[in-house]
Amino acid sequence: MSYCRQEGKDRIIFVTKEDHESPSNAELVADDPNDPYDEQGLILPNGDINWNCPCLGGMASGPCGSQFKEAFSCFHYSKEEVKGSDCIDHFRNMQECMQKYPDLYPQEEEKETKTQTEVVPDQDSSPPSSVSDSDVLSHSSSPTDSQRAS
Amino acid sequence: MLKCRAVWRKLAPLARSASTQCRHNVKTALNNGRRQAFVPATHMSTGPAGGGGSENTLYVVLVGAACLGGGAYAYMTVRGDSKRYEERISELASRSAKEAPESQPPVAPEPEEAAPTSEESAPVAELSGETESASAEEPVTEVPAEPAAPVVEEEAPTEPAVTSLPESAPAPEPVSAPLTLPSHAPYLLIGGGTASFAAARSIRARDPGAKVLIVTDEPNLPYMRPPLSKELWFSDDPSVTETLRFKQWNGKERSIYFQPSSFYVKPEELTSAENGGVAVLTGKKVIQMDVRGNKVKLDDDTEISYDKCLIGTGGVPRNLQVIEKAGDEVMNRTTLFRKIEDFKSLDNVSRNVKSITIIGGGFLGSELACALGRRSSETGLEVIQMFPEKGNMGKVLPEYLSNWTTEKVKKEGVRIVPEALVKSVAFKEDKLEILLKDGRQVKTDHIVAAVGLEPNVDLAKSAGLEVDSDFGGYRVNAELQARSNIWVAGDAACFYDIRLGRRRVEHHDHAVVSGRLAGENMTGANKPYWHQSMFWSDLGPDVGYEAIGIVDSSLPTVGVFAKATSKDTPKAATEQSGTGIRSESETEATAVTPVASSTPAPVMEHKDEYGKGVIFYLRDKVVVGIILWNVFNRMPIARKIIKDGEEHADLNEVAKLFNIHED
Repeated sequence: MSYCRQEGKDRIIFVTKEDHESPSNAELVADDPNDPYDEQGLILPNGDINWNCPCLGGMASGPCGSQFKEAFSCFHYSKEEVKGSDCIDHFRNMQECMQKYPDLYPQEEEKETKTQTEVVPDQDSSPPSSVSDSDVLSHSSSPTDSQRAS
Repeated sequence: MLKCRAVWRKLAPLARSASTQCRHNVKTALNNGRRQAFVPATHMSTGPAGGGGSENTLYVVLVGAACLGGGAYAYMTVRGDSKRYEERISELASRSAKEAPESQPPVAPEPEEAAPTSEESAPVAELSGETESASAEEPVTEVPAEPAAPVVEEEAPTEPAVTSLPESAPAPEPVSAPLTLPSHAPYLLIGGGTASFAAARSIRARDPGAKVLIVTDEPNLPYMRPPLSKELWFSDDPSVTETLRFKQWNGKERSIYFQPSSFYVKPEELTSAENGGVAVLTGKKVIQMDVRGNKVKLDDDTEISYDKCLIGTGGVPRNLQVIEKAGDEVMNRTTLFRKIEDFKSLDNVSRNVKSITIIGGGFLGSELACALGRRSSETGLEVIQMFPEKGNMGKVLPEYLSNWTTEKVKKEGVRIVPEALVKSVAFKEDKLEILLKDGRQVKTDHIVAAVGLEPNVDLAKSAGLEVDSDFGGYRVNAELQARSNIWVAGDAACFYDIRLGRRRVEHHDHAVVSGRLAGENMTGANKPYWHQSMFWSDLGPDVGYEAIGIVDSSLPTVGVFAKATSKDTPKAATEQSGTGIRSESETEATAVTPVASSTPAPVMEHKDEYGKGVIFYLRDKVVVGIILWNVFNRMPIARKIIKDGEEHADLNEVAKLFNIHED
């Protein structure tokens, strides 16, 4: 059973697991997926790629940023049966660029970029958890990690 | 002009009297003149026919002189101004002309041209032979069709200009570029900290090919600050002060630098970089800002003009007045902790002294106390922490929680001296003696002052920017803009939060969020501050919390707690979510969904009542701040509640949304 205590202006409630089992009746305001102020996911409401998405890490802003943008855009808009099969050249350019900066793009990036097909396009439903940008080099920016369970 | 007017005013009575006198004289003259036959019908009062000859002439002379003087002065001023203006313009033009050849780097001279160029031995403002391919890019200089044709170049004196043979590719490559800085940066970011870096990244993502120049007075590339008072202290690596890398609980290692140096472009090469880039100019301080002219001046007198500018100057640690007045012996034994060098020096000190006292009971003070306290168990170091409040984080946590936290900090090996107001500090018998106002005395070897941050608003005066009197920092609007083309982000920005009102936030995530936002707005987004930043703190392995919004202990709070299990610690949270430090669990790439444990967590009996829970901070019955106490990966829910800004009748129901009993 929960019990309550008041210490001056501060109220303290202790609850057991059972107390919290019943679903909450607190009302939350419905989110507007097209809210321009909100942090956007990887894909903007109009279908464009959000290059500033934290999920991309430093990919779009680093020295190989333009190659990455070209490759990823090509992939995103690709209508081929095997998505992105018409973008091999762009990806190759990107890879060549990345090989020039091994400490920025650790070589296991190659495996991850090849599995781009796993990127889920409909990201906009769930807002990303946060935008803290403490850049993790080993993870930096694999687009596959932008998958989020809605 | 004013001189004229003053003179005129002085003369006016005289003139008036002179003129009335004249008129009087004229009247008498006229009257006299009636007796004469030929008298002109009207007279000017100053006419020679007037009787008052001497006063008239005096009057004429004075007026004439005043007018002449005024006219001459005006003419001289205008002439001088326009002359100065012309000089300035020509100076600027000549400077940009000088820059132009530099930004067109010379192509590798052909071997046969080494001969004609060998005669140029003087290093300064040298002319060197160029190949034809370079000619296309030299708009200012003559076409060097003949290899011997000189091209105006400025070269660094140390550079063996002629003999340098860079890549022979015909495309212009930056050849042993002279050490000249760009005189213009489309995006200029003042300050090389978290906010600037986040803005740089944002700009580069949104403006393809953007050229971003960061100017910082520190010698380091941009780095993150939180590990300096947390993770770096827990590292097992003895060379951590050099590498600044750290392993976390789960073994993953990273550097505190956001990016290694290969990410950045050299400042000299920024203007010519084909796809733009981010350049960091270290060791230079911006001392003046000319907002009308869109340029800044550095401490070495160079000027850099910009299109868009961000001020991310952060702040400087505050010091206690009593320490500043106490003299050099005390100041030399005091650390104001903020930068990498402070970390290095404190690490060194902590290995060589017997006792360290931390003054300040907030985030930084408590984290350092815990970090040093941890070390004390190995080295026998005495760690004392003193502060005016009753308990650690007294200004943030409600009293019951602050007391509980203080007990935890004590368990980390720290001797707490609460309700301590420092009266004086003296250096006696090789020890620092801290005398408190209530008479208590603390003897120690070294002091760390963690008593707040003074936002750096040095540029406000020259730039004419507003400084906020309540919170400090530059006053900016909801879009972080101070004036056209000038934005401020990070610790130095006092901004308008649409939801929570005007505030200034000194946390890492805020620097990231505001830096990103400023970068977006610098590239035309026009978005207000909307995404609420969070912050976190770990006080040893048992106490960790994440918080969002306004978390001020003077607000009424409602805390909902459950009993903690062994799984509810920061250590467990990182192990489970697989992220290195908790700061990462909120970042890109590693977003992890809250994992519900499949087996019921064993309930361990703690005698502490506040194992884990949620604390709501209320202002006018609306939740404006939330602390997640030993409850992790729930920040999105907290953010949503703050964003809604609704009045909730029963906060226990809201607390249910957090599932605090689960992992």
